[in-house]
Amino acid sequence: MRSDASSQDRASLGLRIAAWGGLMFLHFPILIIFLYAFNTEDAAFSFPPKGFTLKWIGVAFSRPDVLEAIKLSLQIAAIATLIAMVLGTLASAALYRRDFFGKQGISLMLILPIALPGIITGIALLATFKTLGIEPGMFTIIVGHATFCVVIVYNNVIARLRRTSYSLIEASMDLGADGWQTFRYIVLPNLGSALLAGGMLAFALSFDEIIVTTFTAGHERTLPLWLLNQLSRPRDVPVTNVVAMLVMMVTMLPILGAYYLTRGGESVAGSGGK
Amino acid sequence: MTLAVQFSNVSRQFGEVKAVDRVSIDIQDGEFFSLLGPSGSGKTTCLRLIAGFEQPSTGSIRIHGAEAAGLPPYQRDVNTVFQDYALFPHMNVLDNVAYGLKVKGVGKSERQKRAEEALDMVALGGYGERKPVQLSGGQRQRVALARALVNRPRVLLLDEPLGALDLKLREQMQGELKKLQRQLGITFIFVTHDQTEALSMSDRVAVFNKGRIEQVDAPRHLYMKPATTFVAEFVGTSNVIRGDLARQLSGNPQPFSIRPEHVRFAEGPLASHEIEVSGLLHDIQYQGSATRYELKLENGQTLNISQANVQWLDVSKQHQTGQRISARWAREAMIPLHDNVVGGA
Amino acid sequence: MNSVTVPQTPASGSPLRRFSNLLYRRPNLYLSLLLVPPLLWFGAIYLGSLLTLLWQGFYTFDDFTMAVTPDLTLANFTALFQPSNFDIILRTLSMAIVVSIASAIVAFPIAYYMARYTSGKTKAFFYIAVMMPMWASYIVKAYAWTLLLAKGGVAQWFVQHLGLEPVLQLVLGIPGVGGSTLSTSHLGRFMVFVYIWLPFMILPIQASLERLPPSLLQASADLGAKPRQTFMQVILPLSIPGIAAGSIFTFSLTLGDFIVPQLVGPPGYFIGSMVYAQQGAIGNMPMAAAFTLVPIVLIAIYLSIVKRLGAFDAL
Repeated sequence: MRSDASSQDRASLGLRIAAWGGLMFLHFPILIIFLYAFNTEDAAFSFPPKGFTLKWIGVAFSRPDVLEAIKLSLQIAAIATLIAMVLGTLASAALYRRDFFGKQGISLMLILPIALPGIITGIALLATFKTLGIEPGMFTIIVGHATFCVVIVYNNVIARLRRTSYSLIEASMDLGADGWQTFRYIVLPNLGSALLAGGMLAFALSFDEIIVTTFTAGHERTLPLWLLNQLSRPRDVPVTNVVAMLVMMVTMLPILGAYYLTRGGESVAGSGGK
Repeated sequence: MTLAVQFSNVSRQFGEVKAVDRVSIDIQDGEFFSLLGPSGSGKTTCLRLIAGFEQPSTGSIRIHGAEAAGLPPYQRDVNTVFQDYALFPHMNVLDNVAYGLKVKGVGKSERQKRAEEALDMVALGGYGERKPVQLSGGQRQRVALARALVNRPRVLLLDEPLGALDLKLREQMQGELKKLQRQLGITFIFVTHDQTEALSMSDRVAVFNKGRIEQVDAPRHLYMKPATTFVAEFVGTSNVIRGDLARQLSGNPQPFSIRPEHVRFAEGPLASHEIEVSGLLHDIQYQGSATRYELKLENGQTLNISQANVQWLDVSKQHQTGQRISARWAREAMIPLHDNVVGGA
Repeated sequence: MNSVTVPQTPASGSPLRRFSNLLYRRPNLYLSLLLVPPLLWFGAIYLGSLLTLLWQGFYTFDDFTMAVTPDLTLANFTALFQPSNFDIILRTLSMAIVVSIASAIVAFPIAYYMARYTSGKTKAFFYIAVMMPMWASYIVKAYAWTLLLAKGGVAQWFVQHLGLEPVLQLVLGIPGVGGSTLSTSHLGRFMVFVYIWLPFMILPIQASLERLPPSLLQASADLGAKPRQTFMQVILPLSIPGIAAGSIFTFSLTLGDFIVPQLVGPPGYFIGSMVYAQQGAIGNMPMAAAFTLVPIVLIAIYLSIVKRLGAFDAL
């Protein structure tokens, strides 16, 4: 490891323990999830695990309720992400350069669904759906998810737009490309990876969301709702453990992808949250 | 001669700020025309008005006789070399150069051929496969040039294209640009804040100040006959003399300018067409080919004198600071100035 | 060469090109076209819903018929101040405050180490190592803690093998903190909250420390400050905006949570669980709406406090 100017003095032992210990604290429970997914025991949480088996993975993936929930969650996350990518890109294109009346208000409004606790978004949507007589179901879940996913895409795309020199767009128009061609050949390729990163994070966020979903799901059962339901009825623990590991991976891997896609100066969803 | 670009009473306002204020210019076809001025003087806005990135608030712009108002950049027969080059980072050099042909629907083999020709023209043949980040500043500049020229525009706009280059490269590129312009015979409109650059390259120069044009003229005239105080001081160095001293020396209250190299140290009897002043030698700067002297006149004004170092180490004539000295110049070398903007050409 | 060949664009008359021309000439039209879809979505769906919810807070709920009627009343909001409801608010609020403070204490050394003692690859490693748990599934993280804290689970195993059982019993015996077991104690719930929101605290602090110029620290040392003094006089005050920014997340997220209180800790409602129960089992949407206003108001008050600490510049 290279030492730079600011680290000529070594960190004290206490600080190093606190920092690395903190990291371990953050990862230990995740490790436990991976550990238990391969546990041979079928009814208890006892530690240490008794043995290693891949059996439960097969069991979990042959359960129709699990497959159903996975399918529903994937569908919802895909559609919500798509909507969020369109709306987030439009909003960032509108807000990044021109100044106009109400601009501050609009950018605040975009962040609101993630800044306020999910329960507020959830119950507000539910109250409205009830008032309008809309039966909660897959459609209402998607509406809720798309609303808080927009800001993730918006943050990633606007950061990229701000790093991209506007003269690229002018140069393209100057060379004879109209608005559409400029978007197709210049803007989109330059946004590409930021858009993809935003989309991946939005997908992860939607796949895992439970608080808003609780209110908007009606009788539908997404994977996180299935999990929550299992927790209050601890019957088939091993299957729950396998599904927990799966959800964990689906939500953790996009952050790696997004990191590599947007490396170089800008942070990935630094102000994003759940 | 037809007009390449014609501004008639063009203004461009940004909120309260008048970036361009009632400007009228006629730029001839095939001319190397420079827009010169300090930053914020409106020269770049004028260029952007021609390119179509901005629309005039009032007035009309004609490009080769046709009204340009409302025409988007992609429907104008002009191309731009940007200050930051604006090369597309996700394309290689060849694709960058071929881009204009591609969006106009030129076939693949044809545009490849023409892009390679354009790269040859700027001495970058064989660099087509590289990405812009792999090039030096000077090479990027050439790619930007090739990318604009491959479209065979009738007017090429250059927005301080040499600003980011170091001095040697800059001087070399100045020569090459001038040569290229003669060879192609198209109109170059060149924005710069560097007066020596403007003087050495241009057929004509428009000097901008606070959104208005102070003077449009050939470099020689601009230097020898600056119309306003601003031009006299911005183009080259000038001793601007006004007020009582002006009246006393020329018999006229109108301010005038005298170039430092037109002043010499008094020697022999004063000729009838000459004017003499005296003062204390305040500072001497040896500059190699010339030496610059600062003379403090009696009224406190500083008079700059520049003497070419033509004598081989003439030690006997060396001056000392603090010395009392007389200097004189020919009456014809005095340039009467207007303090006010005289408006467009 | 004055014979200029401008190839006629194949798209010159196409609808797409004509549309491009139109947008070029009318930048305001272009802007509105970009803005209308997101504005419609957020204005109609999101803001509309918030207003609907607020409005329903004034509706009347009949305890006997269990029916909601649109007769406007302030009763739901005054009911918030009944002792039983007010207890819920206090319980949630104090948890949010304690969790925010604890998160800041645990997060600071990590953030400080990241900002000052790592660079290049190590920094990237730390960054990802904080981001991954932050994005990892919320519900699975909560579940992982039920595994950890369960009877015969990981935590108990460690406590036994380290011989800390008496200490644990002592801690669990403290009223207001403890409980019969770790997984039904306030302490357990508190730990889960701190764990889940910790990354939201680390990153803003790290960002604010990252912005400290090293020259500032050298200047302080140069002026004769001991490392401890430099830390207390320079580093800590300048990291306050980062801590404040992070606490917005920990505070707001704890305030609205109803899953963790349901899984870990002693019985007793949180604001979130109350909202959930009111609208669900009881069907009293007006009371749920009134309860929803509590976190909104508390967060608004909190934001106005941390804004003074410069939190918004550190976001």
